[in-house]
Amino acid sequence: MNRLLRGEGLRTVRHVLRAYPALLRVGLADMFAYRAELVVWLLTMNMPLVMMALWTAVAKSGPVGRFGQREFVAYYLGMLLVRIITGSWLVWELTMEIRNGTLAPRLLRPIHPLWAHSAMQLAAVPLRAILVSPLVLVLYFTAGERLPLHEPARLAIVVAAIAGAWILLFLIMAIIGTLAAYVESALSIFDVWLGAQAVLSGYLVPLELLPPWVARTARYLPFRYILGFPVETLIGLESTTSALHDLGVQALFIAGSLVVTLALWRAALKRFAAFGG
Amino acid sequence: MIRARKLCKTYRVHRRPPGLLEALRSVVRRRYEEVRALCDVSFDIAPGERVGFLGPNGAGKTTALKILSGLLYPTSGSVTVGDFVPQDRRTEFLHMITLVMGQKQQLLWDLPPAETFAMNRALFDLPRDEADATQKELVDLLEIGPLIGKPTRQLSLGERMKCELVAALLHRPRVLFLDEPTIGLDVSMQARVRDFIRRYNESTGATVLLTSHYMEDVAALCPRVIVIDKGHLVYDGDLRTLARRIRPEKRITMHFSSLPAPGELDRLGNCVARSELQATLAVPAAQVTEAVRAALGRLPISDISVEDPPLEEIMQEFLGGQPANGGVRSA
Repeated sequence: MNRLLRGEGLRTVRHVLRAYPALLRVGLADMFAYRAELVVWLLTMNMPLVMMALWTAVAKSGPVGRFGQREFVAYYLGMLLVRIITGSWLVWELTMEIRNGTLAPRLLRPIHPLWAHSAMQLAAVPLRAILVSPLVLVLYFTAGERLPLHEPARLAIVVAAIAGAWILLFLIMAIIGTLAAYVESALSIFDVWLGAQAVLSGYLVPLELLPPWVARTARYLPFRYILGFPVETLIGLESTTSALHDLGVQALFIAGSLVVTLALWRAALKRFAAFGG
Repeated sequence: MIRARKLCKTYRVHRRPPGLLEALRSVVRRRYEEVRALCDVSFDIAPGERVGFLGPNGAGKTTALKILSGLLYPTSGSVTVGDFVPQDRRTEFLHMITLVMGQKQQLLWDLPPAETFAMNRALFDLPRDEADATQKELVDLLEIGPLIGKPTRQLSLGERMKCELVAALLHRPRVLFLDEPTIGLDVSMQARVRDFIRRYNESTGATVLLTSHYMEDVAALCPRVIVIDKGHLVYDGDLRTLARRIRPEKRITMHFSSLPAPGELDRLGNCVARSELQATLAVPAAQVTEAVRAALGRLPISDISVEDPPLEEIMQEFLGGQPANGGVRSA
């Protein structure tokens, strides 16, 4: 706190802003070095397509709740888009760096390692956006009338929701990855998280098609604000008022996750053993 | 510049005997053991000093460097580097120091080293002209111009190490923590790096703390050594004084133009190494002049030199007969 009062916080922000373009450039170069891996990763993102095939078959005989065949196609294409754009691999990176000590060089640089990681992850977004652009076209032709193309306010909320989802997932991954300083099985914890996320974020099944108490509970948990909320807003399942409210909830989850991330990071550094070498 | 007081570091280590049964048992009941890596270690290092950390494997040398650079928190005791507590990791502190770890790299694996240099320039907020000039100077000195555009993963260990040095020194740190900086380098490059470190120290007044697998690094660079054994500081002082105390003798190495007469060598001193046309004698320092004169008079000498005993031997004896390279190898 004293350091913040001395203006160190402002200096840090200015420093990060100056360094960030270089970090993004390096992240982009790194991304191109791993271009084949990126394509393979995209091919593994097929679960929404499988679910789309399943649910459109179910909806052939009649709509399920608010979902007809077109709604299911729009929902799962939107899910695929948001999943690909907001995807992150921070938890694997962080777990590995903490366990084998390669976090050490990052700690010797005068910028928080999570800033550097964020740039590496963010640098992947433009390339992913290019790769998924055909999906956007399919989505447009399938559900163009549902997209917020002519509603600037809703479009802004969608963009903010996707950005928020990216930040929230990044922070959650930072928290779970940092746990590697305490437990050897941080990745197993993340597997548990992924299992819960698949159900409670709307990734597998739209939340409103789940039992009402599950859908209600999901609104009080962070999972929905990583996937379901941006997708529902994108394809017009949420009203602008409701989306604004959820944007606020998402912001609260981000703030809470940020506090936990920073506190956990500080504590974990005291346990970091900088193994090897 | 550096002040350590009663520094202790204890690791909690999970111990498990091998075997499936033990693996299953460890799921239910874990056994932990406390390992004291450093115990009551105190020292002061003045600005501009070059100090070598010596000791057997696992003695605590690298732990000490990691605490001094702020990577590890000491279990007890205190340390300051400049006016900073390293563990606070203040920006000014990180600008002041560097840690080169021969076993760890900061270079981006899939990108050329030039990308790491550019990234470090941004992270350390260095003026472009200044950073470019430093980079050029270091790259020229270490002769790595053609390498910095190749992906790091395609470089040899030695080439990577040289690039690591450039990345670590780009911000012109005033305190250098060097953990095995010459690992993987060939003999001539080791000498070049040693010369480079000495010149950096002399021209910038930087403080240098070094651990090295190669005794030559320590002997050539560090007038002062700190010897750590089993976490305890067992010697802190002048390297030559330690050498004289442990081995108060000189080594006379002679090359012969023809085979010397039998028995002649034994009369001059204790023969510690012998091949057909070469021999090395261990002679008390006070008797060296007399022994050399006698050797030149009696033996068919083609070349003769007088040296201190190798540091490996001195350390082996000092640390109670632990293997020379194995025992003092990561010193």
